[in-house]
Formats: sequence, structure tokens, C-alpha cells
Amino acid sequence: MSLLRLDGIRKRFGPTVALDGVSFALEPGQVHALIGENGAGKSTLMNILVGALQPDEGEMRLSGQRYRPASPHEASQRGVALIHQELSLCPHLTVAENILLGREPSKAGFFRRSEAEKLALDVLGSFSHPELRPDRPVGALPIAAQQVVEICRAVASHARIVLMDEPTSSLQRDDVEHLFALIRRLRSEGIGLIYISHFLEEVRAIADVFTVLRDGRSVADGPLTATSNEALVAHMVGRSVDQLFPERHDRAPGDVVLDVRDLVAPPVVKQASFTLRRGEILGLAGLMGSGRSELVRGLFGLAPVASGVVRIAGADTLIRDMPAARIRQRVGYLSEDRKGEGLALPMSVADNLTITGYRSCAPRGWLHLSTQRAQTRRWITDLGIKAHDPDQPVRTLSGGNQQKVALGRLLHQDADVLLLDEPTRGVDIGSKAQIYDVIAATAAQGKAILMVSSYLPELFGLCDQLAVMSRGRLSPVRPIADWTPEGVLHTAIDANV
Amino acid sequence: MAETTTSSGSRSWLATLGPFIGLLAVIGVFALLTDTPDQYLSVRNFRIVVAQTVIVALGAIGMTMIIVSGGIDLSVGSVIALTGVVTAIAIRDGASPLMAVVYSVLAGGLVGVLNGLLITRLRVIPFIATLGTLGMARGVAKWIAGQQTVNVPPTWVNEMAVTFPQPEWLIVAPGVWLSVALAVLVALVLRYTVFGRRVFAIGSNEAAARACGIAVDRLKIWIYGLAGLLFGLSGVMQMSRLRQGDPTVAIGTELDIIAAVVIGGGSLSGGVGTILGSMIGATIMAVLRNGSQQMGWPNYIQEIIIGAIIVIAVAVDGWRSRRP
Repeated sequence: MSLLRLDGIRKRFGPTVALDGVSFALEPGQVHALIGENGAGKSTLMNILVGALQPDEGEMRLSGQRYRPASPHEASQRGVALIHQELSLCPHLTVAENILLGREPSKAGFFRRSEAEKLALDVLGSFSHPELRPDRPVGALPIAAQQVVEICRAVASHARIVLMDEPTSSLQRDDVEHLFALIRRLRSEGIGLIYISHFLEEVRAIADVFTVLRDGRSVADGPLTATSNEALVAHMVGRSVDQLFPERHDRAPGDVVLDVRDLVAPPVVKQASFTLRRGEILGLAGLMGSGRSELVRGLFGLAPVASGVVRIAGADTLIRDMPAARIRQRVGYLSEDRKGEGLALPMSVADNLTITGYRSCAPRGWLHLSTQRAQTRRWITDLGIKAHDPDQPVRTLSGGNQQKVALGRLLHQDADVLLLDEPTRGVDIGSKAQIYDVIAATAAQGKAILMVSSYLPELFGLCDQLAVMSRGRLSPVRPIADWTPEGVLHTAIDANV
Repeated sequence: MAETTTSSGSRSWLATLGPFIGLLAVIGVFALLTDTPDQYLSVRNFRIVVAQTVIVALGAIGMTMIIVSGGIDLSVGSVIALTGVVTAIAIRDGASPLMAVVYSVLAGGLVGVLNGLLITRLRVIPFIATLGTLGMARGVAKWIAGQQTVNVPPTWVNEMAVTFPQPEWLIVAPGVWLSVALAVLVALVLRYTVFGRRVFAIGSNEAAARACGIAVDRLKIWIYGLAGLLFGLSGVMQMSRLRQGDPTVAIGTELDIIAAVVIGGGSLSGGVGTILGSMIGATIMAVLRNGSQQMGWPNYIQEIIIGAIIVIAVAVDGWRSRRP
């Protein structure tokens, strides 16, 4: 008997159909990968499984018994636990309190701290994190350790089914290995795991079987070993993607437009030197926390820089120039944190697109709204943004379309140097391909692009040059043809290069 | 009094130590400024300060729970006026003093539950919901009082918050002792009960608490309701000090109470706050008022100083917590 069986699950929100017939079965001791583009219905399905949403139609059975949780509480009592994509911990509570939140050991209403810490230690034992003491407040821990706490919470709830939604999004390599080891342990104990991830490589490394969701339907399933990545992607996008990356044209590199010498941005960035030419895409690889983002933020004046030389278009600039000065020097910045820093979510597409280039639609300081709208409509068409109106709040767009707006802002301001930090993070495959096209076309127009990414295939598919950041030091820049993925990883891990 | 920060060990002691050092500094400055330091530092003056603190202190106990849970209550001043009037009317109309106190505490609780229901059922953010009940409670207070003060015959309720209580061995008013006892009780509840830890949990990350099966809405109604009981008691103390029910009293007291919690280290974004800190915060403000009066400074000087202290306290706290 299957541990969990879903049949014809349907869910609509007003006129929008989120799920339109999802069926799959999870066996005990199995890791079942749930893959699909953003908007395919994965989150809705998760929410239904943990009782945060109720399906309109369809049947769910847990070990053969009817399962229709009315609340997360009921789901957790039935043994279904969710590990969230975004950390959902209480930063002010201790590790033990977080692990046992909602199930606190108590006597006559009094919280039994020592017993809680003992219970927490039992699950924490499988991770070798010395800083993970049960009495420490979670807010003081590094992100990776927090993710471990989140996972331990699911384990401590004695769940029979564990749902993991992008669990590695904030983990380092070592911790991913720990997580996989823990998943294998849970699997050997007969627990069923549902694993959601964007990374096919990762899914392949840990999952046994898969189900592909597309437009709210389960469109394909089977054992992973019998399916190629190409076939999976084809199922996800509903068409065969023979070419995700734009064709490479040999561009003759132009003048040096950004020249960085011995930049130091404490505490992370210790030394970085590189040059960037017009028409060039320079990739910046490295582990999380190696200083990639800090380098870019320092260049744009968002993080303090201690010393070094930054020449833009042949002219010396102050290394402490603020973002406003950088924008005047025709530098544009795309943040990795789209929601927190990249976009003003409640504001319109038009305002978000033109905010760094108001000059073009506000000739004497007064916004010329019809010009702004016309300019925005042009970008909506050019970038293929799915928005019905320039005045629509950016919040109402999908992640991929939000990212196109964020990227469009740099194009609208007509930046010569584009600093892109994780330009395709949290973006569906269809939008990714469009963003790659835009980046390549922009370079072809003679703009210079510096692109930070954690996703090696996109660096190799798009960049002309590549450098690797490792513990705050930037490796020499080399043509992409001289790099191999293994070489990049090696350089990223080994600081002595 | 137990401290109620979540972190263990030295950090949380440091967090409580900050406001305490602030209190000593304020007392020290006034002792140096005044021409009569032995009069300023006398037991007599201590009793004056403590008696003045009681209304804000009781309010700050309830407000600490609400602020730790990530909420805010702006209706407190109006609730104090309302429950003060309720006490006065009940005594005037022949209820026993004890029942009068019970009525007003329950009236406070009722407004609290109403706040909780507006916040959870109608999904109105706490700031707006309690801004609404601020108006409603003030209106009801004026209505039932007939738009005038309500005089009461002398009973023991009038002696609850006096500066120099009888018998002499009490040293400070019964209301002060009651406040201390309630502060200890609520501090223990926040620190050692599952309820208390969950108050911190929803203030720290409400979505996480909900996902862990905590009935967040019910918990919030309880928090606002329990805090309301304390605000009702604060209203009794207000009536006791005025010796009449005045529907126009305590305008803006909620801001003093919020300031006490914030000076004491509470964070308006939730998850952080201690009862001890809030009590010290309430005392700091009373000491500032008292000291300014002793110095013969006009009222506006007090207001400027207290305003500056709030900003400095929060800035120092933020600066301290940003350092590793």
C-alpha cells in the first residue's frame, strides 16, 4: 500500500486554475522528486498536503486512509511535515524551542526546558555542527545551521512523510552532503520524502522517482534512472528545449570600460582585480559567502570599500562613490534579492522600470506620464514581460516577469556596465531562456556585463570570460574555453590559486 | 523578577543591564543637579516616584506581552479612562469596592478581547484596530459618565495608589505591591510556560508558528484579552489617584506605556522584550518627571527630555545589537 496517494487533485483560486488534476503515489522509503517550472503548481500542492489549503476536488489517502487535513496542525499530527523553501524559524527562540515549536514538552503548562534540550540533542546529533547548541538563539546562527534546525524540526516531529521545498537553496556543499546523508537515513527508516528542487543535478543525486508538474497537471512520472535530463526539461516546459542558451557569436571585444585593481572590501573581499571590455560577458563563480556579491555591491557603492582603484570608461573614480554616482557613470546593478532590494513590489511596472532613468521621461523634473507609459510598453514588448498594463503593480507579476522588469531597468537607464547578481535566481526555465537572450543581445550592442551566478551551466553557456572568487580572492580572468566545471569548483574550494 | 529574553546567559543579562544603567544614570544626574541631594534621594521621594509609576507600570506589563507577540495596542489610554469611570460608577451606585474593581478589570479584558477579535477575525492590523477601539472606548467612557467626572464616596479603592499609605509598614501603596506581584507573575509566565514561549514565537515569526500548528489567532485573542485585564487594573489605579472617575483622563498614556516597553529593550517588530526591562523603562520615565519637577523645570522641558530619551534608548539598543 502506498504511503501517500493523490488522485485528481484540483484547486482553483477565483478564475485561476492552480491545480488541474494531480495524481501521484509515494511509497515508504522512497525519495520522490516533484519537479516543474515556477507556477506549475508545486507550492499549491505542498500547501494542500500540509493542510494550509483545501483542494476543491480529488482524493488523498495516507496509508490507505482518507487524508484531508484542515490545518497544518492536523497534518503534523497525521505525520506529514514540511521543510520550507524560505526559512521559517523564530530567530529569537533557541534551537531547542524551534525544533519543538508547537509540541513543547510541558508539565501543567510549564515548558520543560531540560527535556526539550535533550530531545533536541537527539536529532541534532546527526549533524556535525558544533555551533548548534540547543540553548542558542537561532537568529545568531549562520544560515546553513538554521536550515539544519529546520530539517531537525521535521525529523523530531516523527513524521512519516517529509516534504522538502528547495531545501538546499541556502546550503553550502558540505551541508548539502549532510542533508543528503540525513535523507538517506530517513529513507532507510521507511519514511517517504517528497523533494522539490529546481536543480536537476541535485534531484538526480538524491531522488528515486519523479513526477513532473506542468500547468497544474502531473504530466510525467517514473524512475529517474530511466529518464534523461533533456526529457525532464521537455516535460517541464512542454516543448523540447534544444537550445536554452543563445547561439554564441564571436564578438570582437571593444575598449576596456571597467578596470578594477586590487579592490579590498572588508571583511569579505580581500583582493580582486579584473578588466571588463565592451561586448564582453564576464562570469563570476564561487561558493556562497566567498565574496562574489560583496565585490559587486562594493563596486556599486552599496558596501564599504577600503582600498583599490576603479576606473570606468578610462576615468578614475572614487572607490567610495555612492550608487547615485555609479548610475551617472553609466553603471547598472541587478540585486540577487529581487523582493528585498531589487524591486519596489507595490509600485507599478512603469515606475520600477524607469526609476533609475527618470530623466528620459521627466524632462524638467516633472514626470511625463504618457511618455513613461509608452517607454514602459516598449520594454514590455521587447523583453516579453507578461504584464497587461504599465500601471500594474510589479507584485502581481510572476517571478520570471519580475526579474525581466528588474533587468529592464538597467537597459532603460542605458547602462554601459551591467552588474548582474544571480540574474536568473528563482526564475522558471522559459523566462531563463529569455533572460539569457536579453543578456547576450545587450552584450552584442557593446555593453559590458559582469554576471555572478551559482549555476555553472549558465556561466558556461553564456560567458566569454570567467573568474572564480574563493575566500575573498578573485582568480585571474580566463577565457571560458580554458575552464572546465571541475576546474571552477576546484578553484572555488581551494584558496591557494 | 525573572528576565524574559530568549537568549541564555550573558547576552540577556546585558540586555536588561542596559536600561538599568540608564536608570542609575538618570538618578545620578538629578542627584548632582539638585541643590538638595539628600531630599532627592530620600525614601519619601522614592515613595512619590513609585506611586506615580504604578499606572504606566501595570499598563507596561500588558503591553510587553502584546509587543513581544509582534502587536501594538493604542487603545490603552482610553481603556484606562473607561475602566476608571466604570469603577467610579459601580461604587457610586452601591456595588462593593471589590466588585467595582472586578467589573473594571473585566471591562478592560473585554476591550482587549474585542481588539483581538478585530485583529484576527477581520484581519485589521493591530495599529488600526486599536486606533479604532481608542476612539470607541473613549466615547463609551464619556457616554456612561454623562460627559462629566463621576465622584465617589471614600472606600479602600481610593487608597490603592496613594503616595503615603496607612498603615505605615506598607511603605508603598497596595497598588504598587500588586503591580510588583503581577510583574513577577507575568515574567514567570512568559519565561517558563508554553504559553509564554508561544507569545515569543508568534512575535518572532508568525508564519512559522502557524506552520508548527500553533493556533495563532486564538493565542492573540488571549494575549490582548489578558493585557486588557491589566489595563483595566491600571484604570482602577487611575481612579484611585484622582479619587473620581474622569472620562477625559489618560489621553496619550498609551504612548508612555509603549515608550516604557521600548526603553526597556522591547522591539516593535516583535520577539524581543522583558517585563523587568519594561518596569525599568516605566521607572525611568517617572524618575525623569519627578526630577524635572524637583528642579522646577517646566512641563515642556520634561517632554523634550523624555522624547530624546526614547530615541537614544532605541538607537543605543540597535547599535549594540548590530555589533557581533
